[in-house]
Amino acid sequence: MSDLTRDQKLELYRYMRLNRVVEERLVNLYRQGKVVGGLYRSLGQEATSVGTAYALAKGDIVGPLIRNLGVVLVMGYSPRDVMTQYMARATSPSGGKDCNLHFGRPERGVISPISMLGALIPVMAGIALAGRMQKKDLVAMTWIGDGGTSTGAFHEGLNFAAVQKLPLVVVAENNGWAYSTPFRKQTAAKSLVAKAEAYGIAGDQVDGNDVFAVYDAARRAVDRARSGGGPTLLESLTYRMKGHAEHDAQAYVPKEDLEEWRRRDPLERCLRALIASSAATADELAAIDRAVSDEVDREVEAAEQSPLPSPEDALKNVYASGIPEGEPAAVRRDA
Amino acid sequence: MSSAPHFGADGTTPAARGQTTYVDAIREGIREEMLRDGSVFLIGEDIGVYGGAFKVTDGLIAEFGEDRVIDTPIAETAIVGAAVGAAMMGMRPVAEMQFIDFISCAFDMITNFAAKSRYRTGVGVPLVIRGPSGGGVHGGPFHSQNPEAYFAHTPGLKIVQPATAYDAKGLIKAAIRDDDPVLFFEHKFLYRRIKEELPTEDYVVPIGKAIVRRPGRDLTIVTYGAMVWTALEAAKTLEAEGIDAEVVDLRTLFPMDEETILESVARTNKAILLHEATRTGGIGAEIAAVLSERCFEYLDGPLMRVTAPDTPVPYSPPLEEAFLPNAEKLCRAARALAAY
Repeated sequence: MSDLTRDQKLELYRYMRLNRVVEERLVNLYRQGKVVGGLYRSLGQEATSVGTAYALAKGDIVGPLIRNLGVVLVMGYSPRDVMTQYMARATSPSGGKDCNLHFGRPERGVISPISMLGALIPVMAGIALAGRMQKKDLVAMTWIGDGGTSTGAFHEGLNFAAVQKLPLVVVAENNGWAYSTPFRKQTAAKSLVAKAEAYGIAGDQVDGNDVFAVYDAARRAVDRARSGGGPTLLESLTYRMKGHAEHDAQAYVPKEDLEEWRRRDPLERCLRALIASSAATADELAAIDRAVSDEVDREVEAAEQSPLPSPEDALKNVYASGIPEGEPAAVRRDA
Repeated sequence: MSSAPHFGADGTTPAARGQTTYVDAIREGIREEMLRDGSVFLIGEDIGVYGGAFKVTDGLIAEFGEDRVIDTPIAETAIVGAAVGAAMMGMRPVAEMQFIDFISCAFDMITNFAAKSRYRTGVGVPLVIRGPSGGGVHGGPFHSQNPEAYFAHTPGLKIVQPATAYDAKGLIKAAIRDDDPVLFFEHKFLYRRIKEELPTEDYVVPIGKAIVRRPGRDLTIVTYGAMVWTALEAAKTLEAEGIDAEVVDLRTLFPMDEETILESVARTNKAILLHEATRTGGIGAEIAAVLSERCFEYLDGPLMRVTAPDTPVPYSPPLEEAFLPNAEKLCRAARALAAY
């Protein structure tokens, strides 16, 4: 909790609460049939998303995955943006073209992921490379699950970033599961951070359910990147408390593991730490909770009133210009 | 055409002053764009000090430095991925595939990240991916391929394939200036075998415009890349036999210049679709569909394809010769069609 002010600590708490409440409301919308497609929770992993992204500065750029709702909230996207995305509305950041947390623009500091895991790492290396060429003092940060570290893109991207000494922070979010596949079937390595040494880059491992520890570790990695020290692979040890998506009851996850990790819930730990260190009273935190809840209620209402896209938009914006957009081919009968 | 092809004369090098080869034309185009626009940079394997496996980027690291001519690990996903990220930031990367066959290693980055970015996030990816394609040099199954059709099936990409030095320079410049991802397929057989005098002033060849290389009355051969020269060679033979073939060089495979094709076939009423790539699902099949949809009542004969067969590219010279389309095979098809 090194360089954080009291207000910053409360802000971390607030973002984690916001992360959780937005998802709880999304579950309601999902059960009402208002979410289009799947819903991906980050329950129990909020500290990893919020703590890492909070270590960044203005001008830095992130490439989050679908379980990093907290990241896009810290980067300034609103709950409404997230709700409209999940409900496939015209006013969503992707205009209804892509789902869940697949949105972002460099000028908003967020790069949209694709579903192919690992793919963001080379792309974020390219963001960092461009930043260096453009003499911007930016750090790129991206996230990968334990499953995603098995991909070729993870290796190629991290290796390239290491060779180029790029200002890139890769947060390896080890939540124990890739869909139904446990860590031990994903890699024979003892840890994900062990891979850092092979790439010749800095590695660090942190208790991913302690938001202040996560922030400190991320801050060290970001500072290293910004000062020319190259990439860091930061492994965050956490646990996926829900299934891969809402439809998945995760019967394959041992109940006792869930029970054990429930006791390490990052939001409760943060709350207890703030009270124990006299940074805040229980009443102050309850007030934050109420404010977040009210805000999200308003955002849900606004999102539900947002329009769906028009069918003609399906043909738009494949190219910048110059391509006929789905007009039927004319039959030549003129001669 | 301002220069003759040198087919059969293996290793021919242009000696005449003022003439620019296909490979030099590409390099000149890249260099001019790097001088014009500081956001243009090169990324690929062995493109720096070594100058590229075919010397396309020879000398550019000396002029522009290693910040703008980036040698990478052997990692096509990293090359294209990093180029995608940089392009999102407003840079204009030109990524080299050492042989275009290796573009398969970057398929996900191209078809899922680059191609779909504008549509799904509103962020354009002004990226060029270029490299040597094609056979005729006994490169075997992994140094001879023509993979353009994989990508023509992916909305969001543009695909060009120049047949002449003039077009090679004009199209690489247009590709670099384009706001969308452009795949630039060079033909390695042409690198040092063709040359012509190029304008000294700045020019581009617009993407999406085909050109009639040889006018004719009896049938239209629609083709692109090195096969343009095969078509012109065949047209000469056919002319002596009284068959007047028109040759359309597509230059851009997507977006395809349907009007130029339709205008030609509406006059000649017969069409042969010629490409070096394999047959099934190839560019020729797409053109046949367009002609059938838009030009049906003008057709006086079957749409015919002259292509490589549906096999990998074989290595041994007699096998590769049997595999590749050539003027003789084209003439046979043209005679049959003319007589139809």
